Amino acid sequence: MRKLLGLLAGTVFFVGGAATGAGAQDTIKIGVTQPLTGAFAASGNYVAQGTRIAEEEINNAGGVLGKKIQLIIEDNKSNPTEAVTTVEKLIEKDKVPLLIGAWSSTLTLAVMPKLEEYKVPMIVETSSSGKITRSGNPYVFRISPTSEMEATAFKPIAKHMGIKKAAFLYTNNDFGIGSADEYGKMLKANGVEIGPRETMDPAATDFSAQLAKIKASGADTVFVTTAVEQLTLILKQAKEQQLKARIVSCGGSNSPDQVIAQAGAAAEGSYHTTFFPPWFPEVTTNPEVSKRYMAGWKKHGFNVGGLTEGYRGYDAVYVAVAAIKAAGKPDAEAIRKALWGVHVKGVYGDIHFIKQGPAGKESGQNVPTVYLVEVKNGKVQKPQF
Amino acid sequence: MRLPVFAPFQFNALERRDLSEFLQHLLNAVILGGTYALLGIGLTLIFGIMRVVNFTHGELYAFGAYCMYALVMRLGVNFYLSLLLAMALGALLGAFIELVLLSRLRRADIDTTMLVMIGAWIIMQNTEQWIWSGVALSVKNPFPANPLVFGPASVSWLRVYVFVVALLLIAGTYLLINRTKLGKAMRATFQDPDTAALMGVRIGRINTATFAIGSSLAAAAGALLGPVFVVQPAMGDLAAAKAFAVVILGGLGSVPGATVGGFILAFAEELGAGYISSGYRDAMGFVLIILILLIRPTGLFARKERIG
Repeated sequence: MRKLLGLLAGTVFFVGGAATGAGAQDTIKIGVTQPLTGAFAASGNYVAQGTRIAEEEINNAGGVLGKKIQLIIEDNKSNPTEAVTTVEKLIEKDKVPLLIGAWSSTLTLAVMPKLEEYKVPMIVETSSSGKITRSGNPYVFRISPTSEMEATAFKPIAKHMGIKKAAFLYTNNDFGIGSADEYGKMLKANGVEIGPRETMDPAATDFSAQLAKIKASGADTVFVTTAVEQLTLILKQAKEQQLKARIVSCGGSNSPDQVIAQAGAAAEGSYHTTFFPPWFPEVTTNPEVSKRYMAGWKKHGFNVGGLTEGYRGYDAVYVAVAAIKAAGKPDAEAIRKALWGVHVKGVYGDIHFIKQGPAGKESGQNVPTVYLVEVKNGKVQKPQF
Repeated sequence: MRLPVFAPFQFNALERRDLSEFLQHLLNAVILGGTYALLGIGLTLIFGIMRVVNFTHGELYAFGAYCMYALVMRLGVNFYLSLLLAMALGALLGAFIELVLLSRLRRADIDTTMLVMIGAWIIMQNTEQWIWSGVALSVKNPFPANPLVFGPASVSWLRVYVFVVALLLIAGTYLLINRTKLGKAMRATFQDPDTAALMGVRIGRINTATFAIGSSLAAAAGALLGPVFVVQPAMGDLAAAKAFAVVILGGLGSVPGATVGGFILAFAEELGAGYISSGYRDAMGFVLIILILLIRPTGLFARKERIG
């Protein structure tokens, strides 16, 4: 019902703005493209909810450059073609000087050529494929970590866990392949034997064949890279097939709370990388920001399982506003230049951009903290090694 | 070239591991095949016999799963009773779709009907998302958490239950079509509606009944598989793709064909993913379907009667 009201309010606002012709002057628009329907709908909606909390906080505090900000959130339907359409609509029709999006690596990679074509920067809030910041697109500014950063952070943990032989199970897309490549490289360099590398369609629901193969390989640890829905099914089916190997989920789109709620006992003993641990906000770089974000989430009555996704959108809006403020005007090129200088205290940590990719066409990349949690006694805990 | 005489232990260990993996693959394929067959039989009634390209099949499947979630998790209804209720609700929804949309399109060309059904599919999927949000939901089941173990292979009790119920539903559908008066009237109606009407068959009612039964079977598949997997709005898309594959493979309108087609698809996927490449798991099934259709263009069990 709240969604419907929000939709109606949005429509009324839009019609009002168009009628007076003053809408564009009253607010500074920021375009958001997220998968609100389709395979990634759950995560996309959480990120969108996170952006709404930040929008409300910023506007209650007076907005930016004396104006309120207005988020225009478009649904890219978890589909790369639709993602391109949403970006064109946001830039051409809404004239947004800055974008936030597009959740999955495949969706982000699909819209990147459009950013160069229209010369509008985008803050990438979730995607992890290395290709995004290494392909020489100077309009990309990523606040989420790359798979490579995640794998590097995992290196000491692999030693503690005593991993001898690793297997991989990942979605057959940019996100999954990028993650398995980076983890595989890191583990191999540290003397770990690499077992089967099994893939799956992002929409698949049955992984019995892959799990049977992994079980027979004798691997002691399986690195799983996918979104939470498939992760839940993999944990359940691994238990059905009595897979003894330790399961580590990578990529941070794993919502351990939702996994526990839905996989139950099958989640026991699994490990999950995350970039924000809402179970222990005190360990994060900026505990006061983490707690403010969590309070906003609670106030709106959003699903607690979405806390591990929503902060991505929340931080992205704060970074966007910091860049607009530094640019001094809602102009795409000025904002792009200003993004290089932003320092924002976020849930992701102290956000600022380092250069990645070919010289002269570098993309911006933030270096967030990576956390590992363990499911033990039906609860999310800090792992003890 | 392996010489077991010189390295008996090594050889045995290797063989046993390969054999246990193979057994697990076989068990998985049999269980999965029952699922695909169940998805196929509901569609073979509607697509194969009625000749309606039913794009809402996947959504009726999702509807069954959401019914199961609502009944078991929200209203606390008994797990087994919920399956029957979900099937009844699926039949009602199917009858509603037939009466509101399809009964007006009976003389329309196939393109018009397809467009209307695509529209219905999108409306149904978005309605599910609006009511339940995109977050995946899970349904608890009364079966023990520990799997049923056959030597080195194992399978969950829930999946065994799904398999048994699926076989019962398939057998029931077969008997309904081939051994009952309603089944005879159904076959007559879709073979030649004018003659059937002249013989006193009320073809309007038969159309509604057939669509309702097919929908009920789709809902049953969703209600059975919802607890195995998770319930989410997009769950019907892949299910529908598999159902169409199974029906085309087996031959339009044939219940034994859909059953065999379901098992063939499951074996192709499971063994293809296990021994060739899991990345092409979904492609394996379709490659096999193309090969079979090249040899038998009407599918494995094409109906002997002419339709239309």
